[in-house]
Amino acid sequence: MPREERVPREEREEGAGASPGRAGAGDASGGVPAYVQADTYELTVNGTRRAVEDAWLGESLLFVLRERLGLSGSKNACEQGECGSCSVLLDGVVVCACLVLGVDAIGSRVETVEGLSAAGDVADIQAALVDAGGVQCGFCTPGFVVAVHDLLRRVPGADEMAVREALSGNLCRCTGYGRILEAVRDVQRSRAGSDGGHGAGA
Amino acid sequence: MPAPSGTGIAERVAVGQVADRVGASAARPDGAQKTRGEFAFSSDLWMDAMLWGKTLRSPHVAARIRSIDTRPALATPGVRAVVTAADVPGRPTFGLEVPDQPVFASDLVRYHGEPLAAVAADHPETARAAAMAIVVDYEPLVPLVDPDVALEAAPIHPDGNVFRHLVIRHGDPGATGDVVVEGTYEVGMQDQAFLGPESGLAVPAEDGGVDLYVATQWLHVDRDQIAASLGLPVERVRLYLAGVGGAFGGREDVSLQIHLCMLALRTGRPVKMVYSRDESFFGHVHRHPARMWYRHHATRGGDLVKVEARIVIDGGAYLSSSNAVISNATCFAPGPYRVPNAFIEGYAARTNNPPCGAMRGFGAVQACYGHEAQMDKLAAVLSMDPVALRLRNALERYDRLVTGQVLTGAAPVREVILAAASHPLPPPADPGGSILALPGGAGATAGPGDVRRGVGFAVSFKNVAYSEGFDDFATARLRLETGVDHEPVATVTVATAEVGQGFVTLAQQIVREELGVRRVVLAPASTVDVGSAGSSSASRQTWMSGGALQLACSTLRAELLVRAAELWECAASQCVFDEGEVVQAATGERLSVQDLLSPAPLETEQEFHHRPTKALDADGQGDAHVSFMFAAHRAVVDVDPDLGLLRVVQVATGQDIGKAINPVQVTGQIEGGIAQGIGLAVMEEIVVTEGRVRNPSFTDYLLPTILDMPEVLATVIEEPEPDAPYGAKGVGEPPTISSGPAVLAAIRDATGLPLTRAPVRPEDIALSHGETT
Ligand code: FES
Ligand code: FES
Repeated sequence: MPREERVPREEREEGAGASPGRAGAGDASGGVPAYVQADTYELTVNGTRRAVEDAWLGESLLFVLRERLGLSGSKNACEQGECGSCSVLLDGVVVCACLVLGVDAIGSRVETVEGLSAAGDVADIQAALVDAGGVQCGFCTPGFVVAVHDLLRRVPGADEMAVREALSGNLCRCTGYGRILEAVRDVQRSRAGSDGGHGAGA
Repeated sequence: MPAPSGTGIAERVAVGQVADRVGASAARPDGAQKTRGEFAFSSDLWMDAMLWGKTLRSPHVAARIRSIDTRPALATPGVRAVVTAADVPGRPTFGLEVPDQPVFASDLVRYHGEPLAAVAADHPETARAAAMAIVVDYEPLVPLVDPDVALEAAPIHPDGNVFRHLVIRHGDPGATGDVVVEGTYEVGMQDQAFLGPESGLAVPAEDGGVDLYVATQWLHVDRDQIAASLGLPVERVRLYLAGVGGAFGGREDVSLQIHLCMLALRTGRPVKMVYSRDESFFGHVHRHPARMWYRHHATRGGDLVKVEARIVIDGGAYLSSSNAVISNATCFAPGPYRVPNAFIEGYAARTNNPPCGAMRGFGAVQACYGHEAQMDKLAAVLSMDPVALRLRNALERYDRLVTGQVLTGAAPVREVILAAASHPLPPPADPGGSILALPGGAGATAGPGDVRRGVGFAVSFKNVAYSEGFDDFATARLRLETGVDHEPVATVTVATAEVGQGFVTLAQQIVREELGVRRVVLAPASTVDVGSAGSSSASRQTWMSGGALQLACSTLRAELLVRAAELWECAASQCVFDEGEVVQAATGERLSVQDLLSPAPLETEQEFHHRPTKALDADGQGDAHVSFMFAAHRAVVDVDPDLGLLRVVQVATGQDIGKAINPVQVTGQIEGGIAQGIGLAVMEEIVVTEGRVRNPSFTDYLLPTILDMPEVLATVIEEPEPDAPYGAKGVGEPPTISSGPAVLAAIRDATGLPLTRAPVRPEDIALSHGETT
C-alpha cells in the first residue's frame, strides 16, 4: 500500500481536536475522468504562479485551490453559490470560488484566506472574531474573514444594516451572527481609532 | 511523521493565562487556526494516492430491487472498486439503538436516497459518473408516508411500523377543569444543516483493520457499529476525530463511515469521501415532523388541572433515535408547568419518509409548539395575561412532573420567565428606515404603513444528558509532566467530539481552575488513546466530559499532596492545594507542581457517571431524567399581512444554565440556538411529497442569514445544579426550543390567525388574510 508522508495520524498537540493530514502542496487529485478533457495551466494565487497539472477542465476554482494547490482554507459547504464559505478575491472582487471554473481564473489574481492571512491584512479581523466569540465550528469563518475584509476596505464606516447586507451571502449555522457582528464593530472601532489606513487597498 | 505544513503554533495555543479559569470568557484554543483557514476539517483531509468515494442512492421512495449491475461502473477507467450489500463483510445493518438500517439496500428501498452502492475512483468526477453508470432494476412500490396510517398498516420492515408507543398516566384521569381548550398542531421536518458536509478519510492499516478520520459526535459508538459491519474486532477499527463543521444532532448516526471503510479495505488505498450539499440532505437524519393533539383543563382562576395529549412523530424508514425522541416529546408535553393530572400518549411511527433522529432540542421542540400554543389559548379564554398565566403555573423546585419525578435540582422557571419578560421592547418600526428592516427585506413590497407588529411568549424545559436508565458516562485522561522549559504541562486526552460548541475551551479552563497549570495541551480525540466520552449531544458534555476531567484533576491533585507529604514527612491530610502549589498547613512551606513532578510524571484516567436514572413504567412514571434546563423566550415580529412576509425584530430570553463556565461561549450558544429556533418557526422545512425530498439544497432549503437575525437580549440565571460539576447544567439546546414557539405566538398576535403549523409559510398568512378566527 502506498503510504507516503502526510499520513493523517499526526501527534499534534496544539489541541483543537483535529489530527488530520492536510491537503498538500502539489497535485492532490490523482488523475482526471477518462472521458473529459484535461489540461495543464497556471494560476496566480496569493501572488505566486502555481501550476495546475493535467486537470479536468470542469473543476471549479474551489476544487483546484483545495485539492490541487493544497489551499483548503476556502471551504465547501454548498458548492452552489449559496453559503459564501468558499469566498476568495478574484482580481480584488469577492467571488464564490465554487462558481468559477479553475480555468476561468487564468490571468486573474486569486487571493485566498491563506494569502490574506500571510500578508497580515486581516489580522485584526481574525483576532476580533476569536475574541468576540464569532468562531464556533469555524466552517464559515474563512469566508467571513474574506467578506469582512472586502467590506471594510470599501466601506470602513459601514453602519449595521450595511454590514448585515454585505455579509448576507455568508451563512453561519452556529453563531446566530451576533458575535460576528460584534467582531466587525470591534474592528471598525479600533481601525477608526488608529489613524485609518489599516488594511486598505489589499 | 513530519508535521503538516502551515501550523507550527502549538506553543501559542497551548499556553493560556492562569486567569482563564472557570467563569472567564477564555478564547477558543482553535479559534486562530479557524480564522486563518488552517484548521483541518474532515473535508480537508488528504493523502498521497488517495481515492475518492461516491455513493449511489435510490431515486425511488419505496421499491423492490430486482438486480444491481455494477459492471458498467467497474469498466469505467479510473474506477478501483464498487461495493454493494453483497460485499458487507459483517453485520448487514447498523443503527444507534437497534441495527435496523441496511448498510446498503439489497432487496428493498425504504426511503428516497437510500444508499445502494459505493464507488472508489481516482477522481471525484469519475466516481460520480461511475456511480451513475450502475444499473439498478427497481420495481417501484406504493410508499407508506402518513405516520398515523403507518401505525395500523402492514409492516414495511420486519421490526414493524410502531417504533414506540408510550403512555403517561398521572393523577386522576377523570379530572376536569372549569375551562377546556383544545388544539391540533403540526411541526415540519427541519434539517441540522451543519455547514461542514459529511466527509472523512479511511486508511487501510497493516493489521487488516482500518483507520478512519471522520467528523462525528460520538467516536466510540461509530466505531462499534463500523466494526460490527466490517466483521472486525473493535481494536482494529480506529477512529480519529477530524475537524467537525457543526453537528446539531445530524452526526449522531452513521452516514458514510462504513461505506468509506469498505472501500479502503477493498482497494487497499486511502479513500476520501465528501458529500455534496444535496447528498448531505439525504445522508443524515432530520428533526422529526410531529402531529399533536392537546386538551388543557384549568380552573377559572388559571390553575392547570389536566393535560391530555397525543403526539405522533414520523420516524421515517429506520429507527435511529426515535425512541428517545418520542420519550422526550411525551415527558415534556405539558411544558414546565405544575400539572396534577395527565394522560399523554406518544407514538413514533415508521414510514417511507426520510429517517429522522436527533436534532438540537430532541422532542422537546415539537412538544413546545403544542403546549405553548395551548397556554396562549387558555390565557385568551381566561382573559389573562399570557405571561401571568405561565408564572402562575410555573414549576418550582420539589414539584412533581407528570412522570412522577420530583424536581430536586434547580428549577428557576419563574426567574427565566421574568427575565425574558423584563427586557426592554424594541422601538416601534421606523417608517423612514431602511427597507432592509421591513418584512421581506430587500425584496419587500410591503408598504411600511401596513406592517403589523406582534409579541409572543414561550417557555420550555428539557433534560440534560441521557435518560431512562442509560448508563451515561464520559472518560478523561490527564497527564501532568514537566515541560522543556521546566513549566508543568497538562495533557488532556478525551474522545469528546468538539463540534463547535467549545468543549476544548472548557477543558483548558477546568484544568487551569483545578491545578493552576497554564499550559494545557489537548491531545487528538480518538478511540485509540482513551475510553468513550459519550455523545456530544443532549447538552451533556460540559457536565459529563467536564465532570470526568474535573475528577481526573482532583485525582492528580490528591497524588501531588501525597508526594508533598512524603517529602515533608507529614500526613497528606496536612497538605492543601493552593494556587498551583502545595502548602503544608502547619509550616506554611510551599512546593510547586513542577517540584513535585520532578521524580516522574503523573497520569490518570477517570470515568464520570451521572446519577443513575430509571426506566419509565407502564404508566410512564419514573425518575427518568437526571436534570432539567429551563428557558423562556419573548419574540417581537413584524408581519406584512398582504404578502405573508415576516421580520423577527427581537428575541429576549431568560435561560437557566446553572453556571456560565465561559460567558462568551454561553452567549454564542444562546444566539446560535435562537437562530435555529427562528429558522424552524418561519423558514426551514424539508419539503417531502409522497416521500420525495423536494428541496435538498441551500437554494431551496432556507437558513437564516445575518439579515434575518434579530437583536437578541439574553439573561442567564445561574442557580447552581447540585449534582453538576461547577453547578453547570448545559446550555446548547434550550435556546432552540421555545424561541420558535415565541415567534409563532408573535405572528398570531400580529395577525389574529390561528397558525397551528411550523414553519409558517407566506401563504399561511397571505391566503388566510381576512379569515381571522
Ligand atoms: S461553497 Fe461556494 S457558496 Fe457555498
Ligand atoms: S461557526 Fe459554524 S458555521 Fe459559522
